[in-house]
Amino acid sequence: MSKRFAASGPAAVDGVSVEIERGEFFVLLGPSGCGKTTLLRMLAGLEAPDRGRIVIDGADMAGVPPYRRPVNIMFQSYALFPHMNVARNVSFGLRQERLGREEVAGRVAAMLELVKMTDFAERPPGSLSGGERQRVALARALVKEPKLLLLDEPLTALDRKLREETRFELKRIHRRVGITFVMVTHDQEEAMSMATRIAVMRDGRIEQMGAPEAVYERPANRFVAGFLGAVNLFEGKVADVGDGWLWVETDVGRLAVTHAPLALGTDVALAVRPEKVRLATIPTQSSLNSLPGILRTIAYRGEASSFEIELASGRLVRATLPNLGDGIGFAPGSQIWLAFEPDAARVLQS
Amino acid sequence: MSLRRVGVVAMPYAWLLAFFLVPFLIVLKISLAHQATGIPPYTPLFGDGGIRVTGENYALIAGDALYVKAFLGAIRYAAIATAVALVIGYPLAYGIVRAPQRRRGLLLMLVILPFWTSFLIRVYAWIGLLKENGIVNHALMSLGLIGAPLPLLNNDFSVILGLVYGYLPFMVLPLYAQLEKLDPALLEAASDLGARPYAAFRQVTLPLSLPGIAAGVLLVFIPSVGEFVIPDLLGGPNTLMIGKILWDEFFTNRDWPVASALAVAMLILLALPMGLVRRQLRGTAP
Repeated sequence: MSKRFAASGPAAVDGVSVEIERGEFFVLLGPSGCGKTTLLRMLAGLEAPDRGRIVIDGADMAGVPPYRRPVNIMFQSYALFPHMNVARNVSFGLRQERLGREEVAGRVAAMLELVKMTDFAERPPGSLSGGERQRVALARALVKEPKLLLLDEPLTALDRKLREETRFELKRIHRRVGITFVMVTHDQEEAMSMATRIAVMRDGRIEQMGAPEAVYERPANRFVAGFLGAVNLFEGKVADVGDGWLWVETDVGRLAVTHAPLALGTDVALAVRPEKVRLATIPTQSSLNSLPGILRTIAYRGEASSFEIELASGRLVRATLPNLGDGIGFAPGSQIWLAFEPDAARVLQS
Repeated sequence: MSLRRVGVVAMPYAWLLAFFLVPFLIVLKISLAHQATGIPPYTPLFGDGGIRVTGENYALIAGDALYVKAFLGAIRYAAIATAVALVIGYPLAYGIVRAPQRRRGLLLMLVILPFWTSFLIRVYAWIGLLKENGIVNHALMSLGLIGAPLPLLNNDFSVILGLVYGYLPFMVLPLYAQLEKLDPALLEAASDLGARPYAAFRQVTLPLSLPGIAAGVLLVFIPSVGEFVIPDLLGGPNTLMIGKILWDEFFTNRDWPVASALAVAMLILLALPMGLVRRQLRGTAP
């Protein structure tokens, strides 16, 4: 699908093609302005694609207005009706279908139960906290039992602690109702902890699509590697090729990496996650890829600590060690050796 | 509370005291006096060793069918004009809100533009348009649509037209302010939840614009009831509006006490229902 808003401007969504399985928790991840929300709004029917089509359960959605699609969206602002109480907000969609009074009441009660808002049924949205409003918005979209539930940055408006609790809550609800969820977020941690599959977007295109582990461990390019968590990139050229491994000449020296053969002289970047970097106060002779440096910064984060090591060339490398309760044992300014296994680095060619 | 805070709070009260309450009390005082020959043309409040008040002016108003009919007539004209202004003003305000951002300023300006010309002159202009050999009749006859001139002036039609024309901006502006605040995401949510455009309007836009409707209705209805210029210039011999009667009592009959009693009665009869409407709306408004 493609969509552009101004005839002369760049495309908001540019040649995207996705197939989503029933029951998936599919996450569109990307920086702001990457087209993920536009894609979501096209699924809801709030925008029309310039090119391409949307097929839901075999039915082509071209020209089908939002009010006739088996799709419901939970807006980033929640968009609760301020003049209706919680129960009226949730029943709004069912009342449009002209269902019987008792069926409406029953389904609303069940849905309020699911999101734990039963006691708030008579309250106006204006009197609710952010987290409570979020749950009402979810209930209002879910009560219609859509084939597809769209969530536009559902957790962004919540504070950090509530956001983490709500992630589990949303996953629980997803499992319970068995509806296909498509969520948009710019938060990579949120995406990885909730998704069955992630599509990483940039400038209207999908850069990579796959399970969270696959996208994190095997990023397809520099953008994906950098967007999903922190990464150390070592740029260089292939200097030697062995059986299942490569030597890469970089600005910090010759590094070994397990990879299928590449032509000599190929430009590559080695991506190494900070948690895969090992630190030692003495050089380990058996290890490949061992680099001396000076420990510059230690950031204590509770469950882990982050380190910045300055190499001889002046460039900084980041490392993360879990907090095992035995102290760190390193002091800023001290000489240190860092190392990583050849299979801990990912070879990026684009 | 600091002195500055007291000052800020006191300002509107001082204004109301000086320009509403004091004049009102003066009018109330005159309404309780007898008519007299002289300057001023009414008996003083204090005299003959006591306070002299009389209710006879109010008894006269209540007992004379003319005043009651004029009051009801004014309410009827004002109610019809308010309804017509709402029917025209709502789509107008809605259209301006939906217009592209850069064109809204111009459209609002066009709504306000007539205020740059004197109200009196604009009402006079309608006489030239509506009279028997006026522009409208002339145009319709030239086009062959009618054979004889239509009676457009000095009847109910011209009075209502004048009231709607004169007070329409007071309907459009509060409605615009209210509709502009409406979050477009609410209408998208309604549509997403299965509401067709009309259902979404009825269940979301309309209830959320009620405060604007109330403000517009009050702003058009209240001045229309007391309107004097429009019935005088555009009305006919059968146009009975209380504002016109009041003018006659004051300037033609020079009966200040009866005119004052009319003014007080009008104020009370209008203020009470308006207060009730406002209280009712405050309960439902978001």
